[in-house]
Amino acid sequence: MEVFAKLENIIKVQDVSYAYTAEGNAANVLEHVSLAVPRGQFVAVLGHNGSGKSTLAKLCNAILTPSEGVVYVDGVDTRDEEMIYEIRQNVGMVFQNPDNQIVATIVEEDVAFALENLGVEPKEMRKRVDDALKEVGMYDYREHAPHQLSGGQKQRVAIAGIIAMRPACIVLDEPTAMLDPKGRREVLKTIRGLNRDYGITVVLITHYMDEAAKADRVVVVDNGRVILDDTPKNVFSHVEKLKGVGLDVPQSTELIYELRKAGYPVDSHIIDEEACVNEILRLLEE
Amino acid sequence: MLKDITIGQYYPGKSPIHHMDPRMKIVITFAYIVMLFVAKNAWGFGVGIAFLIAAYLISGVPGKMALKSLKPIIPIVVFTTVLNMFFIDGNPLWQWGFLKITDKGISMAIMMAIRIVCLIAGTSLLTYTTSPIVLTDGLERLMSPLKRIKVPVHELAMMMTIALRFIPTLIEETDKIMNAQKARGADLESGKLLQRVKALIPVLIPLFVSAFRRADELALAMECRCYRGGEGRTRMKQLKMHGRDVVSALVTTVCIAGVIVLNIFIRPIF
Repeated sequence: MEVFAKLENIIKVQDVSYAYTAEGNAANVLEHVSLAVPRGQFVAVLGHNGSGKSTLAKLCNAILTPSEGVVYVDGVDTRDEEMIYEIRQNVGMVFQNPDNQIVATIVEEDVAFALENLGVEPKEMRKRVDDALKEVGMYDYREHAPHQLSGGQKQRVAIAGIIAMRPACIVLDEPTAMLDPKGRREVLKTIRGLNRDYGITVVLITHYMDEAAKADRVVVVDNGRVILDDTPKNVFSHVEKLKGVGLDVPQSTELIYELRKAGYPVDSHIIDEEACVNEILRLLEE
Repeated sequence: MLKDITIGQYYPGKSPIHHMDPRMKIVITFAYIVMLFVAKNAWGFGVGIAFLIAAYLISGVPGKMALKSLKPIIPIVVFTTVLNMFFIDGNPLWQWGFLKITDKGISMAIMMAIRIVCLIAGTSLLTYTTSPIVLTDGLERLMSPLKRIKVPVHELAMMMTIALRFIPTLIEETDKIMNAQKARGADLESGKLLQRVKALIPVLIPLFVSAFRRADELALAMECRCYRGGEGRTRMKQLKMHGRDVVSALVTTVCIAGVIVLNIFIRPIF
């Protein structure tokens, strides 16, 4: 393995199966999943509850190790216990409930937590904490107590705590599931900004279609298998397949789909409202 | 309603005492306790009281707060005073049956009362001027030499920090659960003590279940952020001794020395 060459794929999941062993009977949560995430990509992983998407996330930073197959993070096998902290530093993880991932009683100290664990020098740490807080737009709240913040703000603090480690990739496991619409918008804007402005690879696990529609790529997981893996436009054109696994499509896609079904000649690759409006206008003009 | 409670008894302020290094404050508080026990005559106690009053004045913590801290210990003060008054031998000033009050008894009683009052008011000033989290931090660093003899100093401090962090969260949750149970017809506010305690069970069980779930998730999040115990850990905020810390250490040393000198040159009360 070349150490200095940056590999193109930050995460590479190779024919991975995973089984939780509960009381002797092992049920596979993931079955022969293969997936590669290139550097800088914004990937959304869709799937309903119990589809295995959270397990997939935990495999990406060595919280879980595969029962079969291999997961590579930046070329390092996640089963290598000596590299575990390098792996976790490289692939940061944000969870659903912001309350349960904030450790310290002051915002900036929480952001510093990971760096303290890694033994970063205090001066360097101060700089990285300030940078991370600015990147998520929470710098003005650095001396607040977490319980004084709103859900969206807390989640942004949690994200800052991860990006302070300067990871190449962040995996977010339904980060907006517990937030109100305003908090959701804040968090999504932050995530997209990190991807666009700082080139951080993002793996966003969600069950909100409109969040997935804004990604570079959508991976649909059902019953432990990847059933679709393509651009949002292509994925959402499989309206029936998605509905078949209990997932929705964005509203504009659904409208276009119904129009097509009724026999109107519209482009099926439409996922956002503006394109939908334009398409309908075009149709009316014809 | 539950949200308004304050954690600990921190009284926010910007005085030099608030800004002192927590380690120095802890050390000085211990030194002050020693000073109180070294003092053997009225002059010595005078120094102790003056020290305390000066500290309160500098800290800007109102005297009312000092009195508030003393409230719970009034019974103890009264008890020790009475005990000392009646059971110390000396020249009896007053006698009734087996009860007698001696001169030595009275002076001993007064001394003990002053000692306890100063002790509590003094240690309270530490908690009034230091937030619990800073206090934990100071204690962790003060006790870090104990790591060599396998005392889990870091772990204890971490537990304390997490407990402090989750108090508001759990209070909020308790409030929510109480409302949810009330909405289901639970009566939490009336009835006798026993009934009310019993009524709390449906509040406590969900609270405990959720606390365990939170603990699980928090542990996972900490692992994701490379937590591996105290070994090799650095801190962002370094504690530094400033001029004010040195000055207060000097003042305290002078006071203790003064009390010892007064003990030698002035006749002790007993």
